[in-house]
Amino acid sequence: MLKGGVIMDVVTPEQAKIAEDAGAVAVMALERVPADIRAQGGVSRMSDPDMIDGIIEAVSIPVMAKARIGHFAEAQVLQSLGVDYIDESEVLTPADYENHIDKWAYTVPFVCGATNLGEALRRITEGAAMIRSKGEAGTGDVSNAVTHMRTIRKEIRRLGALAEDELYVAAKELQAPYELVVEVAKNGKLPVVLFTAGGIATPADAAMMMQLGAEGVFVGSGIFKSGNPAQRAEAIVKATTFHDDPDVIAKVSRGLGEAMVGINVDEPARSIQFAERGW
Amino acid sequence: MTTVGVLALQGDVREHLAALDRLGVKGTSVRRREELDACDALVLPGGESTAMWRLARTFDLLDPLRDRVGTGMPTLGTCAGMVLLADRLLDGADGQETIGGLDMTVRRNAFGRQTESFETDLEVTGLDGTVHGVFIRAPWVEEVGPGVEVLASVAGHPVGVRQDQLMATSFHPEVNADDRLHRLFLDTCC
Repeated sequence: MLKGGVIMDVVTPEQAKIAEDAGAVAVMALERVPADIRAQGGVSRMSDPDMIDGIIEAVSIPVMAKARIGHFAEAQVLQSLGVDYIDESEVLTPADYENHIDKWAYTVPFVCGATNLGEALRRITEGAAMIRSKGEAGTGDVSNAVTHMRTIRKEIRRLGALAEDELYVAAKELQAPYELVVEVAKNGKLPVVLFTAGGIATPADAAMMMQLGAEGVFVGSGIFKSGNPAQRAEAIVKATTFHDDPDVIAKVSRGLGEAMVGINVDEPARSIQFAERGW
Repeated sequence: MTTVGVLALQGDVREHLAALDRLGVKGTSVRRREELDACDALVLPGGESTAMWRLARTFDLLDPLRDRVGTGMPTLGTCAGMVLLADRLLDGADGQETIGGLDMTVRRNAFGRQTESFETDLEVTGLDGTVHGVFIRAPWVEEVGPGVEVLASVAGHPVGVRQDQLMATSFHPEVNADDRLHRLFLDTCC
């Protein structure tokens, strides 16, 4: 039950401890945070099992780990290591440019990214138990997270306004199963939880995303690429819980030191578009 | 009319509020002292007990919660909420504290990690038929004091308990639309 909580990227057991002590509901174990993947380039893969074991040992909260899009063997390894969730993630280099992992074949739940409702529903059809809006990881720029969350929520609201006989075409346009489209139209929400990710770097970023309808927050590079990770981590946890209370956001935003420097999403230096991975 | 607060620091708050709403009871989310003061009964939801504990401590809610739960406020704790209601905790995070009130020892994450999570139909004292229990990284009750009634068990471990006005379950009655356990709480604890 991760709802209303913050999930933090960590690359060492020490960082995992800091995240747990700050009130994270889970940690994401990975070899390099997205900002470093972006800076260093190369092929990015599942983490070393020793490193994942070390993080599982270090904390008592759930541990997630990333597999490459379509890399079902990496997912099998992660399940055998006993991770609590697998993130089939666009932040790693895709292993299959056509197919995602058949997530029904696993007992461990999966989280997947989405930029719009159709993508979210296709991932759910494949067995995803949790969706996160993709944003643009490793930038510290929240604008893509905002676009993706607004898009998903807008498309859900639009379904609710359609007549029953218009849902057939809506399903065709969304490239998603009709039954799932009907369910979303009826309930006004996804059948799984919807978190946000990709560019969240400050307490106000987290508060904004929660107010836009996220049910929880993934923070990647934003914490451990900042000046004072422990304090920033705690501030983002508080801001997520009290996302609608500007007094609390103001208080926890004070004296945090340097935020991650960040890369504007339109900067030419930012050659990789993680969000465009996945289909 | 009874107002039932749902501790809303983290976890499946909305599901509990929806269950209360279906039962025609006024539910309200609780993140602040004054919101707690306005409640007659309380639900501690499923979620991450360490995150809830840290937030409760930071926002000066831990002592008021102890005060209210300790002085007779009817309280239902599910999963992480069971952890929070335990007088004694095993396998907590370093330094983890609880609200307490229920004379029991609870082992956190006792049923294992996410991949060991399971669903099962179980009998609950006071309810006809079975209840579909959803156990996610669930705790179990290791031992109970003399005043505690065990309502349900799985594999020899108590997973549902009641002591006077306090009730706790290892599983999540809030995630399916079966509201009988909430009803039982309202009928027997409030």
